[in-house]
Amino acid sequence: MEHFSWFTLVGLGHYDYIWGSLVVLLLIILAGLKIKSALSKEESVLPDEKFSIRSIFEILTIDFLFDLFTNMLGSRELAKRYFPLLGATFFYILIANLLGLVPGFSSPTGNFNTPVACALVIFVMYNYYGFKANGIEYLKHFAGPVVFLAPLMFVIEVISHFVRPVSLSLRLFMNMTGDHMVLGVFTNLVHYVVPAIFIGLGIFVSFLQAFIFTVLSAIYIALATSHEAEIE
Amino acid sequence: MNKAISMLSIFGVAMIAALAPTAAFAQEGGAGELTKLGLAIGAGLGIAIAAGMGGLGQGRATAAALSGIARNPGASSKILTPMIIGLALIESLVIYALLIAFLLQGKI
Repeated sequence: MEHFSWFTLVGLGHYDYIWGSLVVLLLIILAGLKIKSALSKEESVLPDEKFSIRSIFEILTIDFLFDLFTNMLGSRELAKRYFPLLGATFFYILIANLLGLVPGFSSPTGNFNTPVACALVIFVMYNYYGFKANGIEYLKHFAGPVVFLAPLMFVIEVISHFVRPVSLSLRLFMNMTGDHMVLGVFTNLVHYVVPAIFIGLGIFVSFLQAFIFTVLSAIYIALATSHEAEIE
Repeated sequence: MNKAISMLSIFGVAMIAALAPTAAFAQEGGAGELTKLGLAIGAGLGIAIAAGMGGLGQGRATAAALSGIARNPGASSKILTPMIIGLALIESLVIYALLIAFLLQGKI
């Protein structure tokens, strides 16, 4: 189905998703600068009375994400150490998903390349953190519980490790594309009031998919950096 | 249940028997009538079965979560988060089937 986008007015018709990504990054940088300037005032220990962007940021990061990562990763120090990567993933995917609901824009995550990029970054980084935390013994994760089953377990574990970025990217991409298509089909059916319900569904799915991506990334990092139990 | 399965299989065989003479003639290229029929049936049945089984799985997950909340309403937020994660993981399997249905439907 044909889709109008604001970028055609400027003359950049193709590669909508690259310009969409740049818009997302621009929004996040602007919001970050505003929040930083609000946080460096004198009375920033107290929360804001009004509903400002700083209070949204505080609710999302401190109440929601930080407690989530503390539960997944086990301790507050680990949550603080891995928070930049996971928090950036959450905010980027959230804003990128929500951008598709604005008329005239389409989600950067609705094209196959962006979720693959995010999933590849998570894949490389959790392996890197696994090597950094455990040294060369990270490879013992692939050997399974018993030593003489190691060749079979190695193949199974490597396959399941390589399926992880595929599943992460496919889940995000297909959710966004399917949601966009459903919205398009129902807008073609009933032009006026009913598609508002599907935009509400789109907002819910955007939050959910960003949340799921981040939670699964946190679980992969926790699995990779877990030290072996002293028992057995 | 057995009656439904036998009636469905008889219907399927009847459809294939009715369309077998089409295959007896030359099948042109990749866009022949039988190919299109196969692709369309495959796409439709694939996503239908996937959505049905996905719905069953999510129903079981939600039922378990609801009974847990009913027993212990104070723990409802600790039950809700794993339930949401479980629902999204089950739904991702349905999404994989939807991807194959899209790929098949694009070749018609």
